[in-house]
Amino acid sequence: MIDFGYGLTPSATLKIENVQNPRFEALHELEPDVVKCIACGSCTASCSAGCFTEMSLRRVILSLQRGREKETLPMLRHCMLCGKCQLVCPRGINTRHLILSIGKVYGLNEEDGR
Amino acid sequence: MNQNVVVIGGGPAGIEASRKLRDLGYTPILIESQPALGGKLTRWDRLFPDGVEARAILDPMLQDLDGIKYFTDTEVLSINRLKDTWVVKLSNGLSAQVRAILLTTGFDLFKAEKKEEYGYGIYERVITNADLEDWYKSGAPLQFDNVHTIGFVHCVGSRDEKAGNRQCSKVCCVTAVKQACEFKEKYPDATVYCFYMDLRMFGRKFEDLYLKAQKDYGIRFVRGRVSEVSEDIDGHLFVKAEDTLFGKPLKIKMDLLVLMAGMAPAASSASLARMAGITTGEDGFLVPRSIVGDACRASREGIFLAGAVTGPKTLPETLGEAASAALAIDQFLKTPVKQ
Amino acid sequence: MIYQGKQRIWSEYQKEIPTDHWFYVRSCIRQSFFPASEKTFLEILRDRLGKDIYETPSHTTCGGIAYHSEAIPQETMMTIIARQFALMTEAGYENYVCSCITSFGLYSEVIEDWREFPELEAKIRENLWKATKREFKIPTYLAHASDLVYKFRNEIAEQAKFRLVNQQTGKPLRVVEHIGCHYAKMFPSKGVGGAEYPYVLAGMVESWGGEVIDYPERRHCCGFGFRQYLVKANRGYSVSNTHKKFESMEPFEPDMIITNCPGCPYFLDRWQYVIAEQTGKTYGKDGYGIPVFTYEEVAGLVLGYDPWDLGLQTHQVAVEPLLDKMGIPYNPEDKYKGVDGKQLQRPEFPMNIKCC
Repeated sequence: MIDFGYGLTPSATLKIENVQNPRFEALHELEPDVVKCIACGSCTASCSAGCFTEMSLRRVILSLQRGREKETLPMLRHCMLCGKCQLVCPRGINTRHLILSIGKVYGLNEEDGR
Repeated sequence: MNQNVVVIGGGPAGIEASRKLRDLGYTPILIESQPALGGKLTRWDRLFPDGVEARAILDPMLQDLDGIKYFTDTEVLSINRLKDTWVVKLSNGLSAQVRAILLTTGFDLFKAEKKEEYGYGIYERVITNADLEDWYKSGAPLQFDNVHTIGFVHCVGSRDEKAGNRQCSKVCCVTAVKQACEFKEKYPDATVYCFYMDLRMFGRKFEDLYLKAQKDYGIRFVRGRVSEVSEDIDGHLFVKAEDTLFGKPLKIKMDLLVLMAGMAPAASSASLARMAGITTGEDGFLVPRSIVGDACRASREGIFLAGAVTGPKTLPETLGEAASAALAIDQFLKTPVKQ
Repeated sequence: MIYQGKQRIWSEYQKEIPTDHWFYVRSCIRQSFFPASEKTFLEILRDRLGKDIYETPSHTTCGGIAYHSEAIPQETMMTIIARQFALMTEAGYENYVCSCITSFGLYSEVIEDWREFPELEAKIRENLWKATKREFKIPTYLAHASDLVYKFRNEIAEQAKFRLVNQQTGKPLRVVEHIGCHYAKMFPSKGVGGAEYPYVLAGMVESWGGEVIDYPERRHCCGFGFRQYLVKANRGYSVSNTHKKFESMEPFEPDMIITNCPGCPYFLDRWQYVIAEQTGKTYGKDGYGIPVFTYEEVAGLVLGYDPWDLGLQTHQVAVEPLLDKMGIPYNPEDKYKGVDGKQLQRPEFPMNIKCC
């Protein structure tokens, strides 16, 4: 093989068809309300950690749905479970239970998250 | 003899207004260009938000036409002012001289093939909301095999200045969600996507339907407008959109794509408006004296409007407006002609 | 695919193309990349169809490459174009046909810009007058050379010696048609068939016996993209775009690709070599690539020109498998001979893509 000094660039396109997402299914079973998110961003806007870090619960939920958890799971490290997001969520999602369930399903430990 | 009123357009608005006018003691002359009354409602299977069968609404209306003179397969050839009356000439050779005309010509379904990038009429697995509703109504087996992934494209020809339809068509968001849930009922294993720009769930129980679609049916909502559709070697579709909430382009292989074609102004409304000399808006819909407070009277005396002829409307809104138009006509006809 | 659906769209994008008296301008790069294409175009139109096509040696670049790579400002590019229009005006022509898609896009763009901003046109007229004492008329008709070949595709078919048909199987060849982005994407009404389902090359393919393939990434850019290629740091984007197209067309097993842009055939051809040498993957049968042609080359093959007179030896991807399918005779010994019949140097063969 020849090195030309440039090469194929991986595509940025999301391919979500036939994405097997068993962990999201497991999360959905533990916390069925995870699919109720309407991406309004109230959680992110009022997040105590979000002012200082990249923490966004809205983005975490979406990336889990898209099977791209690696990109956002580390965000949860910054969550202090203060409950502010639960106060503002118009869909009444139990965000505390959701975040703890994510930890359980995705196996977050001291190193890669809460 | 009862006083005649001409009602042009035999869809739900025209039928409902005719029944109300009859109840008020008039003889409506209802003109329909198609072979049967009922308009676009005849093509619906079930109605949002509750899934009531369309014929449960339409059939009782069609069985209650006593006292209404109606002509199907009939066009209006001309409308002329004669003193304080209107003379309406019909393609069946008849003509009527009346003081009041009600226009209930509704809307035309946006021609989805105008959105060339979606390939309606080119790719077999691209269909419209009307095609899907036809299929639901027919109860026939789906004409395509192996339908695992299906997408609904909101706003096809709606909120689209380039396609000449700037307005929101109002009913497509909830129709897409209704049809998506129905698809899931028929094919529980299918993965169903809705591509939306905004979800405009304005009506009572619409938001409940959306919530149900998310929770009970697992419909996947992607915020982003589909930009391109193409076909692979097996006839499956490739759909490109941006997942705007994720901030990345998205490409999905689909087995079926449903275009939510919106409401365009009816071509017949424009020609009737020219005949009657009333105002057509720049969006192509007819203009009432006031959208807020005087929605049923057109710019010229004796011409009345009801239903989607003045802009996209839901069925209950249309039926409500038909009743108010009947009352407005009644009030107008009870006022003596100024000498 | 529902063919009638495409026909309906094609019927909406009918471009008026006069049949004769054209002022012809060449491309900057095609004479080195595809050395016989423009010559073949002129021969077909003048000698075989008896058309009046005028050329002037005073014609220069349209400035497109410099403009798209941000080396010259818009005003400079417009003044260069004004000069080309002046050459046409002085020669007494009103129909302007160019060989290059970049030029075609730029001419269309400039004419539209002048329509929208008349003060800009006035300024350019002044620039041109100050610099050269020339004046110009805007062409009445602007065409790309592929529009003309499209226009005369049936006349060419009548004189055809070979057809885009596999002689062994009797089946139509499966052809990928690739349209330059600047042909109709900017102004769909300026292209035969519009921008979503262009008909300009598809019409030639149909007329000459082939079958057009509609593959998912049909509308995607060839990968050239000016700055994507010209700046080495971006070059990976260029080859990746091309790769995306080949991956998408691969299942359709195309026999050949026909193009109407200077950059597209070059990149679709050369990047097949780069992809093969980087990844080991080839897209044709038996380790070959998919041969890529300009529309003039395809017209020339159909009319029975000698493949080496058409300059097909300058292609990276071997054209011989296609010549064999079409039943076109050729002498392999002559492939690398100069016009004087003397043997030129033979190119080194790549490792991962088969050549002849």
